[in-house]
Amino acid sequence: MSDLRESLINGVFEMMKLAAFNVPDDVKNALKRAYEIEDNPVAKANLGAIVRNLEVASTERIPICQDTGTPTFFVELGEDFPLKAGLREIIEQATVKATQEIPLRPNAVNPWTYENSGNNVGRFVPIIHWEVVPGDELKITYLAKGGGSENTSKLYMLSPVLGLKGIKKAVIDAVVEAGPKPCPPIIVGVGVGGGADMAMKLAKKATLRRLDDKNPDPKLAELEEELLHKINSLGLGPMGLGGKTYALAVKIEWAHKHPASLPVGISTLCWAARKSIAVFKPDGSMKVLMPP
Amino acid sequence: MAEYRLKTPLSEEDVRQLKVGDIVYISGIIVTGRDQVHRRALELAAKGEKDKVPVNLEGAVLYHCGPIVKKVDGEWKIFGFGPTTSARMESVEADFIKEFGVRAIIGKGGMFERTTQAMKEYGAVYLAHPGGVSAVATKSVKRVIDVHWLDLGTPEAMWVVEVENFGPTMVAIDSHGNNLFLDVMNKAKEKVQEVYKTL
Repeated sequence: MSDLRESLINGVFEMMKLAAFNVPDDVKNALKRAYEIEDNPVAKANLGAIVRNLEVASTERIPICQDTGTPTFFVELGEDFPLKAGLREIIEQATVKATQEIPLRPNAVNPWTYENSGNNVGRFVPIIHWEVVPGDELKITYLAKGGGSENTSKLYMLSPVLGLKGIKKAVIDAVVEAGPKPCPPIIVGVGVGGGADMAMKLAKKATLRRLDDKNPDPKLAELEEELLHKINSLGLGPMGLGGKTYALAVKIEWAHKHPASLPVGISTLCWAARKSIAVFKPDGSMKVLMPP
Repeated sequence: MAEYRLKTPLSEEDVRQLKVGDIVYISGIIVTGRDQVHRRALELAAKGEKDKVPVNLEGAVLYHCGPIVKKVDGEWKIFGFGPTTSARMESVEADFIKEFGVRAIIGKGGMFERTTQAMKEYGAVYLAHPGGVSAVATKSVKRVIDVHWLDLGTPEAMWVVEVENFGPTMVAIDSHGNNLFLDVMNKAKEKVQEVYKTL
């Protein structure tokens, strides 16, 4: 069992390293497309620098951004996966190792004393979302999200009478308020329904979807396209300095809701969308699904 | 839109020629300063102890940046050199420009009316570095010359760094009262009224 523990620590460490130096190909391709269609010179210079930065980070193994983010994990633990006890400690150990060796910026600060833990481990940090699923595999999604784009997250507890129109307005308003702050081009995640907590969690999960996948619900796929078009029509552009592409994609997730509530969570993810996904088999072997 | 390659220290003429939308690369010395550097330097100035600020900032390029640093073989090395959000420094930046005579401020996300006014009055510019573009910025670092006020913690300390062709940065506030961030934002706020009608 200790071999499996070691494999998992090393595997999670590898996932963190992959994400520090690379964004997934769908994000990279979307940024390249944004560069190609842009004719505003300032926007073009911003996007050109972003695309070059991705190449330099990847080939020279320099972190993409100096804000290496809050380590956040979405864990899908198979009911029959042989190791269940101590998974948090495994993730914490991988985080400490990643912080020292990559290096990552220490970003876990006590909110009362402002003391920095120095190793990205603290109370409830790394942030871990647990889910138990059928099967014998362990699937981990890692997100390294910076403070700038987390700060422009929004929760609207709308009156249900506002309906679809209210949801659309909430998304547009959140983006206008965010302006240059989340380092656009961004990915906009929208979580509709559930309660306040569920709406925010779904919004963040939505930012993890591949940009080139299509929402299986045709109505939502259409809504995602409509919102993307409307957001970009505001002309905020890369870095909020004007241009065609403020958002690379809008992704929507939803849950049933209380009759009296209409929660809309909005999560903004900067272009440096550092995420990695891996599946661990019961023997500890690891298959990286993202970035390729 | 023009492209400039400027060497530090910057003169008033260097920055007065720049217009919003121009692209600038910097070579020479960049000094980092974020929340705590501003606070401490301005406190010293208020007490009449400006000489205790360890770097002469006349004509300097001030960078809103909390770098990733690590000591390698006894020497500081930079592993991350991207910009931080400038809006946090808005309440103190106009005074900082006035007191210390910095000619360029580099950051991300833009600054507001008071800074724009101070830049016009004293001759300074705001250069927007693309947010998150840290690997490219790190590569332009030649060496860490010095570090002051390390007691503030490594991200908040004052790093004196030699760079070569640091950029691209875009002139987002020039010394003639123009602010590209505010222009883009105001246009978006007008446009959004039309978008509301289509929802």
